[in-house]
Amino acid sequence: MPDSSSGEVAERKRHSFLVDAVIRLLKEKPLGTIGLVITLLLLFTGIFADFLAPYGMNEVDAGPSLLGPSPGFWLGTDNMGRDLLSRIIFGARISVIVGLSASAAATFLSVVIGILSGYISGKFDLLVQRFIDGWMCLPPLIILILIISVTGAGMWPIIIIMGIGGGIGSTRLIRSAVIAVRENVYVQAAVAIGCPTTRILTRHILPNIMAPIIILFSIQVPSMIMGEASLSFLGFGIPAPAPSWGGMLSGSARSYMFLAPWMAIWPGLALSTVVYGVNMFGDAVRDILDPRLRGGIGRYGIRAKKEVPRKK
Amino acid sequence: MRNYIIKRLLLVIPTLFVFTLMVFIVIRFIPGSVVDLIAAQLARVGVPPDRAAVAHNLGLDVPIYVQYGRWLGNLIMHGDLGNSLWRNTPVLEEILNRWPVTLELGLLGLIISQIIALPIGIFSALRQDTWGDYIGRSFAIMCIAVPGFWLATLVIVFPSIWWGYMAPIIYTPFTEDPIANLQMFIIPAVVLGMAMAGGTMRMTRTMMLEVLRQDYIRTAWAKGLRERAVIIRHALKNALIPVVTIIGGQVPIMIGGAVIIEQIFCLPGLGRLTIDAVMFRDYPLIIGIMLFFGVGLLFINLVVDLTYSFLDPRVHYK
Repeated sequence: MPDSSSGEVAERKRHSFLVDAVIRLLKEKPLGTIGLVITLLLLFTGIFADFLAPYGMNEVDAGPSLLGPSPGFWLGTDNMGRDLLSRIIFGARISVIVGLSASAAATFLSVVIGILSGYISGKFDLLVQRFIDGWMCLPPLIILILIISVTGAGMWPIIIIMGIGGGIGSTRLIRSAVIAVRENVYVQAAVAIGCPTTRILTRHILPNIMAPIIILFSIQVPSMIMGEASLSFLGFGIPAPAPSWGGMLSGSARSYMFLAPWMAIWPGLALSTVVYGVNMFGDAVRDILDPRLRGGIGRYGIRAKKEVPRKK
Repeated sequence: MRNYIIKRLLLVIPTLFVFTLMVFIVIRFIPGSVVDLIAAQLARVGVPPDRAAVAHNLGLDVPIYVQYGRWLGNLIMHGDLGNSLWRNTPVLEEILNRWPVTLELGLLGLIISQIIALPIGIFSALRQDTWGDYIGRSFAIMCIAVPGFWLATLVIVFPSIWWGYMAPIIYTPFTEDPIANLQMFIIPAVVLGMAMAGGTMRMTRTMMLEVLRQDYIRTAWAKGLRERAVIIRHALKNALIPVVTIIGGQVPIMIGGAVIIEQIFCLPGLGRLTIDAVMFRDYPLIIGIMLFFGVGLLFINLVVDLTYSFLDPRVHYK
């Protein structure tokens, strides 16, 4: 008869890492689950916008202009008679594309700079870090506005520029993770057996900093969505007829906001819900990936006793 | 300590100058040169435009490295940032006229964000994993999630629809009429403060949770101190150190927020000046503002770093 402890270990290994993470999310993170649902809903809306939207995104005179919420036009229409619901559904697609691609670009850039700067260290690290210090001294939104006024507005310029900006700003997180991993014995062993540096970086360092990379990505997504909206609101983002949520809140929405407040309500509500959901989901992912933040005494399913008495 | 400050300044100032050089070059690539804009303006009022003369008057007819050299020389020798291309007023004067507005907005926003964030963050930590905590954390993320420009639109639209209330739109300096000034600033400051409160609130909660598990807190309880003394004197002071960092880190984001808020509430601050400068291709003004922000943030970060040694006697700078 096998002893009970080994049986327990075998049982724990039943699920793969990913399934395990999802189960923990559903079981222990009610807010994270809400976030997951909102995130999935955003992805679904973004991908299937063509099938979900009752009207085209720029279909002028789909209905009477400035119509309040009513059957047929659930969220009302804007000053050009475009259906707001359809525009918000298509706006989800813009947010998905910008959020994911800009975050991917930013994460990629921070990983490249962070790994090089953290592993090579020395003079190179010093130079890179001073460059980043200088970069951090400039307000990000203003830099973005400056660069976009050079390149011209549009979806791809914004993705690339926000990707670069966000990437430079967050290399430190990766760098500190690399510095911690670099000191491990297995890295020294790899150096000792004559591994080329590229192999050490990709096969030994990179897999061991996956957790901060995923965390970084999950932090970036909502801030990129918000960044695009802010830029579009200021008129430096995705140009007008495209249904960007930020752009929908500026221009005509602001001129008609007293006559047709729904024009100014729905895009903002959509934006807030999405940023809220993606943030909540990202937080839960971070809590699950980072053992130090698990709460309790560091193990799932076991909660620490209250250490702080409330009253004497 | 003094050596530390000098070392930091020596390291960052060269970087800042590299950045000004980069900005100097980059802004020349903004489509639509200021010379064309001014020539068009002249043509509109009936003066025959002479591009060469306009460019010469603005000092834009020489190669760009000469322009940068002149600019840098003037800055170092006379502390002069040049003149605005459109109004011909000194850039420094323009900035100094506008920056009290942004400073007031930022300071009020900062105060409001701390008033919102600290109590909720502490409460959340003390009641970890209860409904109160969930509501507090949801509120924190809501502060981050709700974009300032949307919140600002809502607080302009709804009071006016429901109560016919409009926020004042004519700027009065604080020194002339403090009450009218605050009436104008309070709503924008709350909107700005809300956006900043989220991050601080979460940081306060996390750090309080960590500190509350420390041995010295158990000792404090064991000594029989009252709850208030344990939480404020022993836990909060230690938890606040990283919170101060996050306040420092929020300043650049706050400036971005101020750009948007000033635009919406018609406040004549640096944010609007920036947008105008970019729109009108006022090169010296753009550079001046960037340098002003850069030096300002450099200074703030330094002050934030030095606050640590005040809050935490273990920290020493060498």
